[in-house]
Amino acid sequence: MASTDGLAVETHGLAKHFGTLAAVDGIDLAVPAGSTYGFLGPNGSGKTTTIRVLLGLVNPTAGSWSLLGQGMPHRAMDALPRVGALVEGPAFYPWLSGHDNLARLDALGPDGRSATREARIAGALARVGLTAAAKRKYKAYSLGMRQRLGLAWALLRPRQLLVLDEPTNGMDPQGTREIRHLVRQLAEDGTTVFLSSHLLSEVEQVCTHVGVMHRGKLLMQGTLDELRASSVPRLRVQPDDPAKAVEVLSTLGLSDIGRQGPDVVASMGNVAPEECCRRLVEAGVGVRMLVSEKASLEDAFVALTGEGFDVAR
Amino acid sequence: MWLVEARTTFARARVRALLLVLSAVPVFIALVVFLSGGPAAGEGPSFLDRVLHNGVFTALAALTVTMPFFIPLSVAVVAGDSIAGEASLGTLRYLVARPAGRARLLWAKAVTVALFCLVAAISVVVVGLIAGVAFFSHGQVVTLSGTTVSFMDGVGRSLLAGLVVGASMFGLASLGVFVSTMTDVPMAAMAVTIGAVVVSAILDSISQVSFMHPWLLTNYWTAFADLARDPVPWHNIWKDLVLQAGYCAVFGAAAWARITTRDVLT
Repeated sequence: MASTDGLAVETHGLAKHFGTLAAVDGIDLAVPAGSTYGFLGPNGSGKTTTIRVLLGLVNPTAGSWSLLGQGMPHRAMDALPRVGALVEGPAFYPWLSGHDNLARLDALGPDGRSATREARIAGALARVGLTAAAKRKYKAYSLGMRQRLGLAWALLRPRQLLVLDEPTNGMDPQGTREIRHLVRQLAEDGTTVFLSSHLLSEVEQVCTHVGVMHRGKLLMQGTLDELRASSVPRLRVQPDDPAKAVEVLSTLGLSDIGRQGPDVVASMGNVAPEECCRRLVEAGVGVRMLVSEKASLEDAFVALTGEGFDVAR
Repeated sequence: MWLVEARTTFARARVRALLLVLSAVPVFIALVVFLSGGPAAGEGPSFLDRVLHNGVFTALAALTVTMPFFIPLSVAVVAGDSIAGEASLGTLRYLVARPAGRARLLWAKAVTVALFCLVAAISVVVVGLIAGVAFFSHGQVVTLSGTTVSFMDGVGRSLLAGLVVGASMFGLASLGVFVSTMTDVPMAAMAVTIGAVVVSAILDSISQVSFMHPWLLTNYWTAFADLARDPVPWHNIWKDLVLQAGYCAVFGAAAWARITTRDVLT
């Protein structure tokens, strides 16, 4: 790999305004080469616009960026052939077969040798499980098959960076599992994967790094553990006397104390779980169970972006 | 790259249907004239009264009939679809990210549309010649000037007329491609392009604005008919070709400026 060191994607103050709306509002992405980077954010948070700017589809209002160490957009012809992309779903000619669509698109740019084309197409289609439908017209494909063809396109040539925008959209559970497996495999081969998603479980299972977008801003980025650590761990106790337990925990300085069925839960802050346990027992509370719960990615995500279900803007 | 593009375009059912409909016109003309015995001299569209005398005139009459509307319509469909069609399907984003190169993509599209113009006009001529020979005489051709030329000379002139008509569409084609870079809706681009033909034809028929006639897209569209004279008066054909080249330069530059800066949001 040419650029295993450094950053596969780097942006400085990247911004895109549509009229008065700042769809992307000055973000500094740093995607380490070789990482699997989960690009998270609620609908309308600016993820897709960012990806469009990265790929040179949309001109940024401000800021600069580079892909695989190549300054964009002037080095696009050097960088983009090594970047496989699935942007906002697949898009192909309905009147051509899956195979013919890939062949045509491959023939229309640099770095797609015709001598290896058939073999590469067959390999990519096999990789996404589309071999049987290769000769069928794209318009006859189901949503999941279209998504698979989009992935096959991204994998058609050896890539150093894959930009995948919601890759499991419209896929059945088996398909989703296959994609997860595929992403892991690619990451093991050293490909940097930039995976945009709003499916937290998907990101949690495959990513090493995350960036969280909200209202056009990059709220945080770092390793998955750093994001988890950014939200406070919670304590879950099952006492024989919940009322007494609540009393003890509040004197200890725990906040956000509540009851869930037989359990008492609280935000631990800086108090160690063993300290909580000792105090409860000393106060005569019988402890049937005590767990220090590491925050899930979902908790961390909601803590950053808020609970609201509505689109951000 | 334009070869790949051209192959894809000509493989489309829509494009083939357009060519088929265009090719049906000379067959229809030949049939009608053959069955009805043809119009009296000087009646009907140009050349129609001569179809009975020689097969070559089937091709020329078909060009005359298709020139003002059928051919421009099909050119507008193909040109208007060129970029806007990709945008509406979303394939434009994959082409740009391929990276096909925005300027190269425009060039491939432009060459393909130009090829379509020529193929459309030539197919009318070729089918016209075949139908003409099948139904009527293929002896010596009496030109509009009254002189007589050999049949092969007549065939050559007809094919040349086809090329001239095809080239006469280049200005319209460049306008269509330019409009196509402005929108994500192919139908809008097609409608605007056809609208331009209509406006040009209307202005061309109003004598009060005769000062702008030499600049109008459609002004020299009938110049190809001069090829049926002997000797051929070339000046209108040349003016036509120069005018078309001018339109290509203006709209080609505008299309280039637009596509290289456009945000691809579909």
